[in-house]
Amino acid sequence: MNAKATAAPAGELFALFAAMQRIRCFEERVSEMFVRGATAGSMLHLSIGEEAVAGICARMQPQDSFTTHHRGHGVHLARGADPKLMMAEIAGKAAGYCRGKGGSMHIASNAIGSLGANAIVGGGIPHSVGAAYAYRLRDAGRVSVAFFGDGALQQGLLYECMNMAALWKLPVLFACINNQYGMGTNIRDAAASSDFCGRASAFGLACAEAKGDDAGQTAAAAGELLEGARGGRPALLMLECYRFFGHARMDKSPYRDPAEEEEGRKRDPLAAAKRQLLEEGTAASKLDEVERETATEMDAALDFAAAAPDPQAGELWTDVYAPETIQPMPVGDRIRRALESEG
Amino acid sequence: MAIERTTYREALGSALADAMAADSSVLVVGEEVGRYGGAYGVTRGMLDRFGPERIVDTPISEPGIVGCGVGMAMAGLRPVVELMYIDFLALTMDQFGNQAAKIRYMFGGQIGVPMVLRTQGGTGRSGAAQHSQSLEAWCAHIPGLRVAAPATISDAYHLLRAAIEDPDPVLFAEHKGLYVSEGDLDRSRPDAPWGKAAVRRSGSDVTLVAHSKAVHTVLAAADALAGQGIEAEVIDLRTLNPLDEETVFESVRKTGRAAAVNEAPLSFGPGAEIAARISEACFDYLDDPVIRICGEDVPIPVAPDLERASVPDAERVVAAVCQLAQTRP
Repeated sequence: MNAKATAAPAGELFALFAAMQRIRCFEERVSEMFVRGATAGSMLHLSIGEEAVAGICARMQPQDSFTTHHRGHGVHLARGADPKLMMAEIAGKAAGYCRGKGGSMHIASNAIGSLGANAIVGGGIPHSVGAAYAYRLRDAGRVSVAFFGDGALQQGLLYECMNMAALWKLPVLFACINNQYGMGTNIRDAAASSDFCGRASAFGLACAEAKGDDAGQTAAAAGELLEGARGGRPALLMLECYRFFGHARMDKSPYRDPAEEEEGRKRDPLAAAKRQLLEEGTAASKLDEVERETATEMDAALDFAAAAPDPQAGELWTDVYAPETIQPMPVGDRIRRALESEG
Repeated sequence: MAIERTTYREALGSALADAMAADSSVLVVGEEVGRYGGAYGVTRGMLDRFGPERIVDTPISEPGIVGCGVGMAMAGLRPVVELMYIDFLALTMDQFGNQAAKIRYMFGGQIGVPMVLRTQGGTGRSGAAQHSQSLEAWCAHIPGLRVAAPATISDAYHLLRAAIEDPDPVLFAEHKGLYVSEGDLDRSRPDAPWGKAAVRRSGSDVTLVAHSKAVHTVLAAADALAGQGIEAEVIDLRTLNPLDEETVFESVRKTGRAAAVNEAPLSFGPGAEIAARISEACFDYLDDPVIRICGEDVPIPVAPDLERASVPDAERVVAAVCQLAQTRP
């Protein structure tokens, strides 16, 4: 193991605090957008409580790629996505990352190595495995990270992927964000065994568990696994956290005991990082400054999204196929042709 | 370039080998493609030539294999994924139909998926209900996918080369009944560009539209019909998406009659789409209703006689077209 690559860089916790603050603040702002009816559609899945993903992202290298599940705002922000373009996408605007055609569940960005967020549980995982195959073949030194939720732990496809990753010694990290709930079902009621590292090690993968309220420890655990993966030992990282709110923005989680929620929300990675930084002597004013700057940044993103124009009507038919190829014919044109040809 | 006498199987293998020699990003991925040489022998000898990194034997994990192919394509490779039977498409429809097909669109054109899903279907080997279907219409129904179905030796080669070069995901549906068929191949000259249909026989009385092995069924029927004074024009669609409807319309405007012929079950199949398009665009030119001579709406049975009866043969095409021709007042 390369000690230099896995040791915590100086000031990492402060940087993680800032990254997590951006995720929290972003999610709060899109939640407001939703309430005002300014998001496109009703599919909005917040990652509040899961901000320690920033720890995994912090140890990825610029050349690394990733896929995420439908709850992927946090990962994208932590990997450098522009909140303005994300919010515009969530609002279904032309200026968004996907020109207003993907939305919250399909943020993607070539520029930051995002192979896309995916709305089929486990659906993006093999894309990271395939990308890792391509890296092993032609771009040694790159890793692909598949982020997914605990719901995907019960999908057969995950285990096909783990098997192939181990069989072919691929540079891939499976990063499971276990927020305890697949929609309304607790993981206890979905998984026959909670020994998820045992499942991974059965395929010969390395595995580590990270505490969702300890971003520093998450970064350290991810750092080790990422370097192993870079050397051809794929791995699973289990990030144990708690989904603070409902499955989607509309869901008030009536299936959860309020006492459990109260307890769960104590596992707050942002509050924990703040506590630790203050204990270690960081000035409170420095943290306040981060919070202020973040709020300003996210307010500006919100304004940008609100002011951005809607996609042009003709966008409906673009990007179904590559632009230089034969394009789909609008239904109206077909009807017109049929009726005009009539005697 | 010289014209070679070769088989459908060998032409497919040559297309793969030539594409791999020309472009180092092309690789073949699938069950039994390496040491075994492909369940139908298409990749025989390629492991020795290109090595295990580019001729990739996989576990029996169809969703994972197709999903990996999607990821490889997103990361800059040009994977040709082999699905042993088109029936196994059912296992992979999330990765092919929800992922490969939608990635370009839902990510706003940022990332394409230039992969080919090579597979084979059709009857003729008593493969029974789960090894004999013609499911290409499943993919033709999904925006974002292209669909090719070669009938000839030349198309086996040239359509596969074109599919590999296509920037979008392609279902490449071969027919198990054609692998040993022989014909001429000129590697320097395709029968037609990608997306254009080919008129395989000219005629003035009726237009028969087919793809894959049904093209040969229809050509045999056309010879028999000529003996009865009916001249059929035979159109080989070559690709279902893009669908070259103009070549079909041009023919129907001339003949005034049309039948869609293929092995897929009739209901909601490719024949329905072809009949609908002809009816919409050539209504004034039609002397008779467009008919469909397709597979029966039943699973494919194993008993050879029943299997043969489940899909159209030349005799049934002749009988149906004679009936159609007799309806003219």
